[in-house]
Amino acid sequence: MLMRGAQIVMECLLEQEVDTVFGYPGGTILNIYDELELHGYGQKIRHILTAHEQGASHAADGYARSTGKVGVCFATSGPGATNLVTGIATAYYDSSPVVFITCNVAEHLIGKDSFQEVDITGITMPITKCNYLVKDVTKLADVLREAFAIARSGRPGPVLVDIAKNATAATCDFTPLPRSEHANHGRLAALLRRASHDLKTPEPDHGDIQKLLEMIRESQRPLVLVGGGVIRSRGAVPEFRKFVETLDAPVASTIMGGGALPGNHPQFTGMIGMHGSHASNMASAECDLLIAVGCRFSDRVATNPDTFCRNAKIVHIDIDRAEIDKNVLTDHHIIGDARRVLELLNQGLTQMDFSAWKEHVFSRKEVPLKVDGILHAHEVLETIQALTDGDAIIATDVGQHQMWSAQYFHFSRPGQLITSGGFGTMGFGLGAAMGAKVGNPDKVVVHCTGDGCFRMNCHELCTEEHYHIPVITVIFNNHTLGMVRQWQNLLYEKRFSQTDLEKGPDFVKLAEAYGLPGFRAKNQTEFEEAFRKALTLDTGCVIECAIDKDAMVHPMVNGGTPVTDFLLD
Amino acid sequence: MKTMRRNTLSVLVENSSGVLSQVSRLFSRKGYNIESLAVGTTDDPAVSRITIEVMGDDKMIEQVMNQLRKLFPVYSVQLLPPNDSIRRELVLIKVKAESREVRNEVIQIANIFRASIIDVSPQSLTLAVIGEESKDNALEKLLMEFGILELVRTGMVALERGATTINDDNKEKGEFNLGKSVL
Repeated sequence: MLMRGAQIVMECLLEQEVDTVFGYPGGTILNIYDELELHGYGQKIRHILTAHEQGASHAADGYARSTGKVGVCFATSGPGATNLVTGIATAYYDSSPVVFITCNVAEHLIGKDSFQEVDITGITMPITKCNYLVKDVTKLADVLREAFAIARSGRPGPVLVDIAKNATAATCDFTPLPRSEHANHGRLAALLRRASHDLKTPEPDHGDIQKLLEMIRESQRPLVLVGGGVIRSRGAVPEFRKFVETLDAPVASTIMGGGALPGNHPQFTGMIGMHGSHASNMASAECDLLIAVGCRFSDRVATNPDTFCRNAKIVHIDIDRAEIDKNVLTDHHIIGDARRVLELLNQGLTQMDFSAWKEHVFSRKEVPLKVDGILHAHEVLETIQALTDGDAIIATDVGQHQMWSAQYFHFSRPGQLITSGGFGTMGFGLGAAMGAKVGNPDKVVVHCTGDGCFRMNCHELCTEEHYHIPVITVIFNNHTLGMVRQWQNLLYEKRFSQTDLEKGPDFVKLAEAYGLPGFRAKNQTEFEEAFRKALTLDTGCVIECAIDKDAMVHPMVNGGTPVTDFLLD
Repeated sequence: MKTMRRNTLSVLVENSSGVLSQVSRLFSRKGYNIESLAVGTTDDPAVSRITIEVMGDDKMIEQVMNQLRKLFPVYSVQLLPPNDSIRRELVLIKVKAESREVRNEVIQIANIFRASIIDVSPQSLTLAVIGEESKDNALEKLLMEFGILELVRTGMVALERGATTINDDNKEKGEFNLGKSVL
């Protein structure tokens, strides 16, 4: 069937069962946007116009993280495309599957520093799994099919397809192909042939599995460390829970692993690393076997890679072979999809009993939580937990409120915590929360943010209002860049350089200006009242919580030092 | 203790635009300086082979190889064993030669080194020599006294000795492919 490139893009999105796109139009992407009207694709694909391309990129990311589907984001050339860069990097660091479609100037204008021309494939090379510049309309469908397959398979991640404007206007023959057939055609078939000539079915190595089972049998004090890989791998969570329950070992988590094991599970020791719990961090030093599943030992986890789990044999399970021995040297590794590796381990594992070791790990005293009439972060999160039966999706920005959310909310399923763990993108939360709400309309979505982060991208409140995306924004307002201030407090002799945020706007009035209700809370009772009210609304809202300026995230380990050397208890 | 040495990496890649820059950027991103780089198509025109020489210790080289193998346009990566591979580089040297005596002397040196004279002008001679860097460097040194007008190297190309090839499968390669599988 003869079609112009722009229509082929739409057909390819439908092949991938895409129902939502976040984006922002512009000169070069006009043909693609035109299709939403011209041939009525807007009826099948809901386009959400954000206030800024960055918001669209985070929304597509949040949609992907919370649904497990591939997120899609449109932007025009030049500044439209470069505004996506932070969003692409955020998705890349947390392995979130998003396909970014940008358009570039027409082929005859490429390389001439034309109006709104930029080499976006060059710019995004180190922050995409793969990217493409399509100048020829006949290659468009094939490239888009490959882009989606690459984004969602293996270790997921963002893929960018930049299409020259002429390729969106030119026509060629388009043959519809169901998704299940894609792997047998074109570039994907070639890629598979190449990748599988020595590997007919992608399976973890049997010998590697047996070796780990042997190591488990010899271990007295095993510890499991779970990362985002278990969250990203479809169907891995039930296998993971079965594995750890049969193994009977304590389980620590990275921030990205939140939800792999329920926060109140008797084996769960909490987060590990810079703001890890005493139980997790001390167990890492005392264990004799560390089984790390789908994590990458970032510097926020293994604050000092040379001493991390120094008394343990380290076993690393990951789908990305390049992560092995990258940050921490390991003793054994298994390459494969977390679900499949855990399934195979479960087949060979019999019920273990490490009661004494667990008891030892859980005997560590954690910092007592303050209750003294002024509002504390844990009270905010405990209230959200209680009033939503722990079912809410929590999208965060970055900083103290992010750590508090990860520490005090008990996540019970994958995709429930949406946070920029790797890239640490301030301003991520609101867009991501909108994406999560669009993908999960029947869930309560709470956007936890700080006053600094919220100020960065709060203009997306207009998107939230316009499209009726009811997100509850909870601002932990301490009138400062809390996490940076915490470092200044502890490490820079209280020189609070440029972290003071004693300035506007009035967040309640700001919300109202965007047509959304705003509330203020100075103590737990006021917050509970405001949050109850928020749950009854059918619009989004903003709740500003007064948090003490010098409240800190406990515990804390300084970067570069062993995770057992607490700078702050 | 880190022992820096010269390593020769062979990389099979998809022959398409942007791939070379993707490969070379990986080195700069990790902070490693490429000593020499040669690229050209293979017997399959859709596939290019890049030979890269880089200084580094074992750990660093492993990191670079792992990151390279992860790229979708990269098919295989091989670290050529230093004692069991053949390496060659073509060097063209334009030498100042304005008198008959000098010309004769340069031609004699060329003969000893099995270099060929590929261009002559009243003022110059251009030599082509193929070899490893020790031989090329020795020739270069000798010619310096006559005055080298220009010199160009192709960059080192290399293959492993014997019947083994970069396409041979091994467990590690399978592990990387597992991560790249698009099923």
